[in-house]
Amino acid sequence: MSDPVSPLSGARYDGFATVREIGPLGMITLRAKTGTPGLEASVMAATGCEMPAVRHVVVNGANAAGWMSPDETLLVLPYADVAGALSKIADAMKGQHHLAVDVSDARAVFRVEGAKADQVIRKLSPVDVDLLQPGELRRSRAAQVAAAFWADEGGFTVVCFRSVAAYMFGLLSTSARPGAEL
Amino acid sequence: MLILECPYCGVKAEETELSPGGEAHLKRFGPGSSDADFEAYMFARKNPKGVHFERWRHAYGCGKWFLAARCTATLEVFGTYPAQTSEPPAEIIANIMAKRPAWKGFK
Amino acid sequence: MSTRLKSGGRLIDRSASLEFTFNGKRLKGYAGDTLAAALLANDQMLVGRSFKYHRPRGIVASGAEEPNALVNLGSGARLEPNQRATTTEVFDGLQATSQNHWPSLEHDVGVLNNYAARFLPAGFYYKTFIHPRAAWKHVFEPIIRQSAGLGRAPKDRDADRYEQAYGFADLLVAGGGIAGLQAALVAARAGARVWIVEQTAVWGGRAPVDGDVIDGMPAATWVDAAVTELASLPNVTLRVRTMAAGVYDHGYVLLDEKVADHTPGDGRPKHRLWRMRVGRIINATGAIERPLSFAGNDIPGVMLASAVRDYVVNWAVSPGDRTVVVTNNDDGYRTAITLKEAGMDVPCVIDARVRADGALPARARGLGIRVETGRGIAKVKGGKRVEGIEMCLQAGEGAASSFIACDAVAMSGGWSPVVHLWSHCGGKLTWDDAHAFFRPDATRPPITHDGSAMVYAAGAANGALHEALADATHRAKIALQSLGMTAETATAPAHDLPEESPMEAVWIMPQGAPIALKAKMWLDYQNDVKVSDVQLAAREGYESVEHTKRYTTLGMATDQGKLSNINGLAVLAGSLNTEIPLVGTTTFRPPYTPVTLGALAGEARGEIFQPLRKTPMHDWHEKNGAYFEPVGYWRRPYCFPRAGETHEQAVHREVLNTRSNVGLLDASTLGKIIVKGPDAGRFLDMLYTGVMSTLPIGKCRYGLMCNEQGFLSDDGVVARIDEDTWLCHTTSGGADRIHGWMEDWLQCEWWDWQVFTANVTEQYAQVAVVGPKARKVLEKLGGMDVSKEAVPFMGWADGTLGGFPVRVYRISFSGELSYEIAVPASHGAAFWAACVAAGAEFGAMPYGTEGLHVMRAEKGFIMIGDETDGTVIPQDLGLDWAISKKKADFLGKRGQERSFLASADRWKLVGFETLDGSVIADGAYIIDAGVNANNQRKVQGRVTSTYHSPTLGRGIAMGLLRHGPVRMGEVVEFTKLDGSTVKAKVVNAVFYDKDGEKQNV
Ligand SMILES: [Zn+2]
Repeated sequence: MSDPVSPLSGARYDGFATVREIGPLGMITLRAKTGTPGLEASVMAATGCEMPAVRHVVVNGANAAGWMSPDETLLVLPYADVAGALSKIADAMKGQHHLAVDVSDARAVFRVEGAKADQVIRKLSPVDVDLLQPGELRRSRAAQVAAAFWADEGGFTVVCFRSVAAYMFGLLSTSARPGAEL
Repeated sequence: MLILECPYCGVKAEETELSPGGEAHLKRFGPGSSDADFEAYMFARKNPKGVHFERWRHAYGCGKWFLAARCTATLEVFGTYPAQTSEPPAEIIANIMAKRPAWKGFK
Repeated sequence: MSTRLKSGGRLIDRSASLEFTFNGKRLKGYAGDTLAAALLANDQMLVGRSFKYHRPRGIVASGAEEPNALVNLGSGARLEPNQRATTTEVFDGLQATSQNHWPSLEHDVGVLNNYAARFLPAGFYYKTFIHPRAAWKHVFEPIIRQSAGLGRAPKDRDADRYEQAYGFADLLVAGGGIAGLQAALVAARAGARVWIVEQTAVWGGRAPVDGDVIDGMPAATWVDAAVTELASLPNVTLRVRTMAAGVYDHGYVLLDEKVADHTPGDGRPKHRLWRMRVGRIINATGAIERPLSFAGNDIPGVMLASAVRDYVVNWAVSPGDRTVVVTNNDDGYRTAITLKEAGMDVPCVIDARVRADGALPARARGLGIRVETGRGIAKVKGGKRVEGIEMCLQAGEGAASSFIACDAVAMSGGWSPVVHLWSHCGGKLTWDDAHAFFRPDATRPPITHDGSAMVYAAGAANGALHEALADATHRAKIALQSLGMTAETATAPAHDLPEESPMEAVWIMPQGAPIALKAKMWLDYQNDVKVSDVQLAAREGYESVEHTKRYTTLGMATDQGKLSNINGLAVLAGSLNTEIPLVGTTTFRPPYTPVTLGALAGEARGEIFQPLRKTPMHDWHEKNGAYFEPVGYWRRPYCFPRAGETHEQAVHREVLNTRSNVGLLDASTLGKIIVKGPDAGRFLDMLYTGVMSTLPIGKCRYGLMCNEQGFLSDDGVVARIDEDTWLCHTTSGGADRIHGWMEDWLQCEWWDWQVFTANVTEQYAQVAVVGPKARKVLEKLGGMDVSKEAVPFMGWADGTLGGFPVRVYRISFSGELSYEIAVPASHGAAFWAACVAAGAEFGAMPYGTEGLHVMRAEKGFIMIGDETDGTVIPQDLGLDWAISKKKADFLGKRGQERSFLASADRWKLVGFETLDGSVIADGAYIIDAGVNANNQRKVQGRVTSTYHSPTLGRGIAMGLLRHGPVRMGEVVEFTKLDGSTVKAKVVNAVFYDKDGEKQNV
């Protein structure tokens, strides 16, 4: 089998902020209502992260767990670890109504970095970046497509659907063009 | 352009992050229902000038449907609440009554 | 003549001279000049022609209210029409040309319209449109089209870029004059997150020009200190060259920041559109001076008094050597004083009031200026430039008492608050009789999401012409209080202004002017609307101000009535013998001044105009010459034409090769939704017309979804994965919609059912390997048993192929032996390449969506969006077999029971073969005997899919026909584009392999 290929093969743009496509990353959508027995254990087993609070993401090294909705958690982990994590979740949630599904290949992930990385976000999403709390995961739109992002070390991580990866890269790099600082 | 607070995730979402779903609290009529009931379910909408209850989905956010009470004339929002209810919650009703004393009520 | 003064000019830098051109003429200006100032400095008073009569037009104002000085800026890819010279900053190399003239500004043939003025009265367009029609078409339109109009639309692609950004604030202050700055200071010191924006490049507004003294210092000094303090605060954002264009619901405000208008080509975005969300808005947009209505008030050289003052003080430009000031208030005297002190000649101040005894008139008299009270201007003399005026009694009918030679007239009719932002979202106005203006009614503000006031007007914009700082302080405090903040200790700085006597409303000068004079009194300079036009409209019954506006075009020019509004209303009120507040005002709508389309489009152009969705194999398709077609936002290969092939030939080759060898289709766009849970089977039974709960694990079943009205909405194959998991395939365009539909029912109707869904459309790349040799290709890839026994028709299996983890579905949309193979998207491109390589020896070729369409039509398979259009139920398509009779309920069941849908007379799906073998036109109707009530030919059906079948070598079609299936063998007639018809026989819709033997091998 070939190596998995991220949608843009690691494209990069250097403007007043740097835009890098990263990945492929492992991602699991875990759907279960808050309080379902085994849910917290599943998140811990798959990522080593505590259950994230509403609208927050817990980052643990290369792993993360993000609150997506009242009954959906996004688990981020190395691409190769997904199958193992899915079986851990299945064990922890045996007998409980839930849905755990591999979505690693359905996403594109970008890093926007630099002192002015926030300005790139401010041009694309109707989100008050100044009021983002530490560790807040915000789902919104970037121009015309759905996006989720959170601030971390030196910038932002932006997640969108795979099919619009080129569009998202275009948005981010256009917004980061030198001379267009806010 | 409206701002509505999603009762599930707490985001004060602007209208471009939401998708509208028409009037709230419709009762579904399926097989066996009368023509009049089915017609009312499918087509009869209140379309009031004033207090109105409607469905919105936090489409670019948590993906959940929620309900909103607002004034169609002034766009004042009286509150938003989860969709898993067949009638507006008491506190929403109370809030509307406080601000629109002449309002005739939900029914 | 207008000229540059030897000294002064607070905004210009005489050490930085610039060169620009106007109509090709090379002219000099200074850094800090506006184009209007620089034109006047070069004695270029004539700047354009009016819209209708092509009368000469000069600069009237000094800001956004300018109606006349619109120019083309730049050229080619940077051409911008209709730019205001008064708000355009001069830069080195600026190119401007005047508009609306032919053949030249100086000698314009359209001025003939001037003599034809009596044929172009108010309502001309309406009257001529109606009667006589032929006159419009053959006489008026060609002439008017040639002569009327503003700048021409650019033809080249815009070389500049634009962007948008989202901003947030507790308080947005619109207007950077002293009121705005004071409001911003109060709010900023209270800790609020504040934005303050100013449309010009300079803070401070009028106060520094008018010589105000604030806290004992010159206004300019106070302004500098305020800006310095604001800029030092982390909670404050200051933006110049940023116009608040519109205020919308719930604190949404659009700001147009002109980032690089004055530095074109420097790589920065030309404009940036700020999409703001703010808690409260302080409308500190100041006031605009009103013209006076006297005969000849449109002759170049007649200007607003405040503008004359601005040009002298800000840019050291004197619009005339001898300037007559005409006023109805004390403020106008400031202009006379300013001119006199700058060494210019002011022959006379003509004051319409009987008395002029305020401090400013006293100062003017002290400077030796002649003041004539109770007088007015009977008429201005001159053509392309003022030559003098005739003075008369204001109370009279215009009999001239004396002639005064002059080359400029500075007029002041009082001031009108700029209430646009207050009014955009519903703020109401109140009439202020003392100042004769509408001002914001604080008891009826525009409201925001919680029902509280959203906008606070402050300073001159609130009608506080003389107490701007106190008013701004007060309004800022209330606004902060409503945000839960406090600024109780804030005080207004001392503001020293001379006392002013009351103004006196003057709407027509002189009061008893006869029609001959009124027909030369311009209200709307650009649109050529005169006092006589408004009076005519009133006489003809246009009593509503909104009707009058449209009838006369008053206020409909590019300045949107900034100068003409109140004067027009007053004339209308006078004609109707009523009061101005009873006439009311027209509605103010955004934007305040025009926002260029580029800013509204923002980043959405070129490659990122809209999100194009690409499958993992997209690059391969591009490299292999795919011709793409849009399917929703997806781009899918329509066909893969080879050198020398037409698209049609490529499609035929792809179909024939698939039917005889093997074809490869990128089916990744197909929607894939996982539905899981104890109630998943029950849920799917409600969603689909058929039964999905009984589907055995490992099997697939075709399903239909309807909306509650009963109409077919989507279709696809459902696979049972395990005890409580199903995978639902949807159409390519339907994945998001159907996923949303599922979530809607689960969240809002059956919220106690235990079901979870996940849209995994993009997780998988999907390849259809189709054709008699399909199995051989898969066997060549190797890794799993793909025999009929291991993976039977309508079955699925997991395994590996060529080393890739795959799920193989035995489903067919072509009627051939077919495998649809799902592979993780990150491997999609590699797997596709592996299939191409493995298929080479079997003659595999990729095929596109058109080949797919042809093959499914040959098999009589329906396509959502072709056979359905939102009015078609499954029964119309002969799909009764896919509708459960046993189920008590499913979405759409009740709807389908309605009498019209259950009628036996509906149009039903059948196949058609033309007798001559030709292809029926897309959208063709099947004609019926007779005509309907509108004398249109009756119809009894229509085509839904029509293709040339390369397999059968003839045209085939599917369509809906009244009583269709019982009319087999009948010949019907389809319409053709040329008006004739083509005969076709009604046949079974399955044209190829009627028994389905080929797919089940
Ligand atoms: Zn939400």
